[in-house]
Amino acid sequence: RDFNECCAQCSEVNWGLTDGGRFYCRSCHNVTERTREVVNTDFITNSRVQTISKGLRKQEKNDGGCEWYICEGFQLVLKKQVEALEALGVCPQMKDEILCNFWRCYLQKSKQAYCKRPAGETVKALSVCESSTDMDSDPERPSLLHLLSLSESEGDLQTDCSFASSVSKVSESTSVYSGSVDGSLYLMKNQKEKLRMTMPMTLSFCYMALLWVREPITLSELLRFVVEGHIPYLNVFQHFPEKMKLCGLDLKIFCVESWPVYEEVFNKMHELAAFLDLPRFPDITESCFLHPDMLCMKYLMEANLPDELHDWTCRVVKKIGIGEVDFLTLMPGNKSTRKVKYDVLAAAVIVVVLKLLFLLDDHYEWLLSEFAEERNKNNTEVCMFYSGGPYFEFKKWYEVVKHSLDVKQKKLDEERAKYLWRCEKPLFYSVKNKSKVLKRRQMVVNLQNQFGKLSGSVQRAEKPNPSSFQLSWSEENTDGSCFHGHSLKGILQEKCGLLTAMNPDYWLCTVKLCNEKLCGHLAHYREVEFPQSYHFVLGLFSFLLRIQPSYIHDEVCMIEHKLFNKKLCKKLKYNTVLRK
Amino acid sequence: SPNEHKLNFKKSKEACLSYIQDALLQKQWKRAAEFLTCYVESLEKDYSREHIGPSEMIWRIGTEILWHHSQSSMKEFNCFMEQMKTLGVKRYLKVCLEHVFHLLCNGQIDEAYQNLSLAESWRFGEQTAIQDKEMKLIQAYRGLLDYCSWSKQKNILLEHGEDGFSDLAAEQEMHGYFRKAAVNLKEIIKIPGVWDEFVKCYVDLLEFYGDHNEARQVLNEYAYNSKFPANPNAHVYLYQFLKRQGESKKSLISALKILHDIVPSHELMIDFNTMLQKSKKRKKRRLGLEVIFAALDYAGWKENAKAWSCLAKQVKQIVISEKHLDWIQQEWNSRKDWWPAFHFSRYLAKRNWQENTSLSYEKALVAGILLGKDCKYFKYVSHQGCKAQLKRFRMLKKFVNRHNPVYLRISG
Repeated sequence: RDFNECCAQCSEVNWGLTDGGRFYCRSCHNVTERTREVVNTDFITNSRVQTISKGLRKQEKNDGGCEWYICEGFQLVLKKQVEALEALGVCPQMKDEILCNFWRCYLQKSKQAYCKRPAGETVKALSVCESSTDMDSDPERPSLLHLLSLSESEGDLQTDCSFASSVSKVSESTSVYSGSVDGSLYLMKNQKEKLRMTMPMTLSFCYMALLWVREPITLSELLRFVVEGHIPYLNVFQHFPEKMKLCGLDLKIFCVESWPVYEEVFNKMHELAAFLDLPRFPDITESCFLHPDMLCMKYLMEANLPDELHDWTCRVVKKIGIGEVDFLTLMPGNKSTRKVKYDVLAAAVIVVVLKLLFLLDDHYEWLLSEFAEERNKNNTEVCMFYSGGPYFEFKKWYEVVKHSLDVKQKKLDEERAKYLWRCEKPLFYSVKNKSKVLKRRQMVVNLQNQFGKLSGSVQRAEKPNPSSFQLSWSEENTDGSCFHGHSLKGILQEKCGLLTAMNPDYWLCTVKLCNEKLCGHLAHYREVEFPQSYHFVLGLFSFLLRIQPSYIHDEVCMIEHKLFNKKLCKKLKYNTVLRK
Repeated sequence: SPNEHKLNFKKSKEACLSYIQDALLQKQWKRAAEFLTCYVESLEKDYSREHIGPSEMIWRIGTEILWHHSQSSMKEFNCFMEQMKTLGVKRYLKVCLEHVFHLLCNGQIDEAYQNLSLAESWRFGEQTAIQDKEMKLIQAYRGLLDYCSWSKQKNILLEHGEDGFSDLAAEQEMHGYFRKAAVNLKEIIKIPGVWDEFVKCYVDLLEFYGDHNEARQVLNEYAYNSKFPANPNAHVYLYQFLKRQGESKKSLISALKILHDIVPSHELMIDFNTMLQKSKKRKKRRLGLEVIFAALDYAGWKENAKAWSCLAKQVKQIVISEKHLDWIQQEWNSRKDWWPAFHFSRYLAKRNWQENTSLSYEKALVAGILLGKDCKYFKYVSHQGCKAQLKRFRMLKKFVNRHNPVYLRISG
């Protein structure tokens, strides 16, 4: 980005970076000798990095493999992920400029590259084929089991059992091995200092880059795309080049057995941003997709709710100040501000608006619905045309949305049960169980073929194109199943020139907020304590965002407390129903 | 907890299994196959820690699907079973056995035999107690199949024998089967259990070769050894054997007595009652009455004309002799509250008459004695019978009328 010279060949200023860290002209592909000088002068090109990028490394392994480091693996993963994002339409700068820089910054800060190797840390090249019996004498050598137990269970690899059991049969002195050079060290490192890289963290990198560029992809969408297979995550290691042999402890690092959780990726992203000493992120303004006003509009559409509700969401957003630039923009390292989950926040705003207008106490909303139904019956179509759409009937909306939701949920549940987690590339902990693994794999393939044929005409559907909307409703449907154009006039009234809700009451989800730092949540969502309509609405957004309803509930509580701050402070410790 | 909804491999496969289970229960074989296809990759993580691990699941589910699926063939089935055999050393014998069962169900006796022989010669490591049992079962089934071969051979020879041929080689073969079968069958029936088929076959062999003592011993063991589970069939087999051997009534009766105790509704109760009625001993005749009444307590006997004729005969005999009316009274005491509705309703009278006059005759006799000439059943049937001008019904009417006081005494 900072390289402003004209290209020698074509005089353009359009530079990109090769894998080797050299500038090349995008127009004419002229490669220069200039290597990147980063703004941060701490970067000192490490000879090792140069070595890696020039491909000078020990090639003489017996199995055709080569030396490789864990961070190289992650680099490949990130590359694949960001390429997938590019294919989804994300701007190309994200790859070459943003993510690349983040990654290099990370490598430098965690002292894996771009720095002088800290003294005392020698990396022993442990190859797959070496089984050093001279390790006997080294009592410091951690045992296999010890290493396995040390690392977090970010993937609940049940292969541990096999590994452990197969190891126990072998003597303690077997060396700790992995295909990579530093696999064992990687797992051993004290992660508190250095923010050890993990597979979920790759998504944190992606999200961080997306946020920097302010792409219209929320974290929940990103994770959904991952699960739907549009972004490589599961089994991405199968794209590693042949000579990067993966085995032993590498599996623990690269093979995931669970889908990433929103909270985990989110929190890690913030940790990462702070760790990299990043400055304030680009502003999230009203015109940004991630701004609550925009996201609310999207979610309202997706939830098949009337467009008129958008005014209300904007009002709430304005009133409690969550539309402010300073609130929304990420300031890494700032511990005092609450981290913003844009998607969850927008969903929660809608929930609060629904509560404001419909109360959602399993009573009032149905009452309102009956009134609306009456009015709709009496009105002629012409009347409706002029007064802007029929009265919005909560009951009808509920039935329509619930039906669609149930269908989608059922489909999703089945898909989840049918996930295929393994891939063609065989994984084995050691050469010893390689043949067993291959045999098993062969049997699995045979069985899949045999029973696949008996599955009837059910073909595994092609991956559907990634779409931003999971539920869509068309106004053209004559069955009245689209509620976008419906009117809220039945539930609103004018007071002092302002439209307010006819509903005079509101119930708080919780009177007192918990200390998030202590118990991890602002509030505790237990289904039995809340009305069914509230569950339903939480459940709807929980499905759309693919997160637990309790997260949305937390945000709802937070919003409510901001909204009713004054009233709460004044009185009513014991009354949970407020008059607005 | 934050990890509750973490969708991971394990949870995904658990969900998959429950879909398979639903599909199996609803006999949706295609759907079950669809989900099983997704489940099989669990094998790559099977480390037999759980009580029922993936390999066992796949074996059992796969067997069900392949057995029932319309597009599956025996060839595919066999291929699958062979794969399952390699999946787990501990399970090898079990899989072999089940495979054999399926082959037998499909009529592939030779293949079944081959598999059994193969399994028998299999050895791996130390034999555990379970493997020991399974091995015995395998040998027992092979013995059973040897018996089948013996039986077939025997029949062939008997046919030829009629034609005047005698084939020494074939005879030797037959004897060979006998030896192989006998050894294994004898072994298995030593173990406490239910071995009906094996016992029958073994006894058949023994009888053929004239070793009646051994046969008797085997059957006695099977019936009376308390270590063996209570098994009515054991007593049936013993009784049938004793009958074939022409044993005394006394031993026949003692064999059937136990059967009556265990299964009062057994079909042999008719034979039993017939024997007992003829006995000179009063106790035995008394028992006979008890036996036939007890059998007719069961709904399955309601329309059994033979049983009713036994009862009728005995009741008639008692009434005529005017001795032991108290027997009838005792038996009737516990039944008089419910037998009338159970056996002697007007509806049944009509139906019995329409469907089976002999049945209605016998029942009418009993009803007339037990309930008097004015009871619904007797009145209807005798009326119908007389109307139809059937002689025996007229005789019946006279008989009951004459002996009506008996009813009064009984019911008194």
